[in-house]
Amino acid sequence: MSSIGASLKDKFLNGALSITLMSVLFGFLRGGIILLLAGFNPLEAYGVILKGIFSRPKYVSYVIIYSTPLIITGLSVAFALRTGLFNIGAEGQYIMGALAAAAAGYYLKLPMVLHVFTAVGLAVIVAAFWGGLAGWFKARFGVNEVISTIMLNWTALYISNWAITIPSFGRQGTGKTYAIQPTAQIDILGQWKRTPEGIAFLREHPMLWDVLKSPVNLGFVFAILLAGLVWYVLNRTTLGYELRAVGHNPQAAEAGGISVKRSMVISMLFAGGLAGAAGAFQVLGVSHRIATLAIMEGYGFDGIAVSLIGNNSGPGCVFAGLLFGSLKYGGSKIQDVMGAPTEVINIMIGIIIFFVAMPKLIRMILAYRKRRERN
Amino acid sequence: MKKNRLALSAVLTLIFIAGLFAVGQAAKMRIAMVTDVGGVNDQSFNQSAWEGLKRAEKDFGAEVAYKESRQDADYAPNMETLTDAGYDLIWGIGFLMGDAIKETAEINPDQKYAIIDFSYGPETPKNVACAVFQEEEPSFLVGYIAGKMTKTNKVGFVGGIKFPLIEKFEYGYMAGVKLANPDAEVLRQYAESFTDAAKGKAITNNMYQQGADIVFHASGGVGDGVIEAAKEKGKWAIGVDKDQNFLAPDNVLTSAMKRVDNAIYDIGKRLMGGEFAGGDTVVYNLKNDGVGIAPTSNKHVPAEILKEVDGLVAKIKAGEIVVPATKDALDKF
Repeated sequence: MSSIGASLKDKFLNGALSITLMSVLFGFLRGGIILLLAGFNPLEAYGVILKGIFSRPKYVSYVIIYSTPLIITGLSVAFALRTGLFNIGAEGQYIMGALAAAAAGYYLKLPMVLHVFTAVGLAVIVAAFWGGLAGWFKARFGVNEVISTIMLNWTALYISNWAITIPSFGRQGTGKTYAIQPTAQIDILGQWKRTPEGIAFLREHPMLWDVLKSPVNLGFVFAILLAGLVWYVLNRTTLGYELRAVGHNPQAAEAGGISVKRSMVISMLFAGGLAGAAGAFQVLGVSHRIATLAIMEGYGFDGIAVSLIGNNSGPGCVFAGLLFGSLKYGGSKIQDVMGAPTEVINIMIGIIIFFVAMPKLIRMILAYRKRRERN
Repeated sequence: MKKNRLALSAVLTLIFIAGLFAVGQAAKMRIAMVTDVGGVNDQSFNQSAWEGLKRAEKDFGAEVAYKESRQDADYAPNMETLTDAGYDLIWGIGFLMGDAIKETAEINPDQKYAIIDFSYGPETPKNVACAVFQEEEPSFLVGYIAGKMTKTNKVGFVGGIKFPLIEKFEYGYMAGVKLANPDAEVLRQYAESFTDAAKGKAITNNMYQQGADIVFHASGGVGDGVIEAAKEKGKWAIGVDKDQNFLAPDNVLTSAMKRVDNAIYDIGKRLMGGEFAGGDTVVYNLKNDGVGIAPTSNKHVPAEILKEVDGLVAKIKAGEIVVPATKDALDKF
């Protein structure tokens, strides 16, 4: 009996899950200290955040909406990282994907389902090219992908801003493009919920109305499917094996008959396509248009953190993306309730993410304690 | 039975008291705003909007709050969050929020919204009020001052992103310069940003090198760099939206003020009186003190020029001068 207890205790204290949970806890503790220093009651703040995430069905659906692009850009970064490439360019690939999806969604006139797949397909192709370009630069000329992808990010931002100035695409005076055709939208009941009949019906069904007040869409379903696809490709196919082999040890892989250069280009094509899909789902499901970007919006950069927290695995990115999305959505709620400035909120979120991303530290502390106990 | 009735009456009394409290709270006006990605400390129109709300808090006890947006996709959820919090009026600061407000207003028909710098025209939902400004008017006045005061016959204009809204500043300014000094040249450049102060500084330094001695900006946070360049080079800058003289007291000549604070205060006060311009667009201009030049202008601008400016103000108010807001109108001016 006692041995079972001991093994349970051992599992709880040393298992991967408990380490993750503990690092989350540490993160929240540290985040709380920051809040306290800034003059806000951390318990009240966390209460507001929890309420802001879970207290209404609409909030939960917003968390999912916020998480969707982060999960997919996380997958993009994770995929490249498995081949030993650091894809900082997910941001730019996301922008190119969003641009392509907005253009395809607006200009093309196609039937419902076909339109969605065409728009997403085009977005994936354009963004895959954008990512693949960096891979090809690295393979052909030895240009470091970190540098080339950063530069491609800015190129993408300005291409997108320029495209919005095209009169037939951008709507005068709004800094945005025209909305995509209804056939390309992946919202659930998106059109109906704005009609007078829809509103009349929803008034009778407050629960459903609450959920539909957020732009609920199919993006999350696609994100889960993509996470499964990434896992399958990396772990169950020859191609995935080759890509991972290159990531582990390029020289050994080359000696084993795997073309390192080809793997780099393929990996970046995949990574780019994934980030592009993130942009496409955001446009088709949430924004329905793209806007002039004054600054980088950070979907791709947040993807780097998501990938790290998710341990560069498909399923890991789903959970990490949900965590990141809920912090991003729920965290902002302490602003209007408690008057906390965005800067404080960002520091808090940053600290929590920082701790979550380094369970290694917790492992070190545990090892240290064990050593002391032994002595 | 008797017990039941007692319990029932107790419950009813409680509900009644709770109702009284609810009514007591509803008497206090609650107004909130969503900023655009510039944030509430942008030294520009988001900050001005917040100052308007703070004044409403002080003057008529309104309960106020703000929520900053970090990206385009934040606008709609921020609106939703504030809608749930039960504010009487929710402001969207900036035309970038146009679509988000309309979409939120459509699915929340019982909530009042208002937007700065955007008008849906006849399509304005009944629960949305629009406030727009004639930015060309104060730009015209500062342009006139710049045209009179330039010693090199060259002045500059730095815009944020080339939206028609910013072009109103640009062409109003050019018209002012043209009226004051037909020989003066206006150097113009857009920073493609509303936040990149470093870029604003680089553009402005470049303009000074080309011989300009006064640079006007309509570029939000980019303008911090414009004013910094003026300070370092000892030249003039002209501020925008707020009186920006405090950023560099010896180098900010004047500011083209767009009184977002006045508009927000005004619409809040009207709402206190039970009047809401839902479905309408309120235009703020020189006539209703919605725009103007900074009160600190008399520090650096000679009194005789300010007197001429006053004359122009009177003419604009009387409709004798119609300030151009577009390129076509400027060409005809």
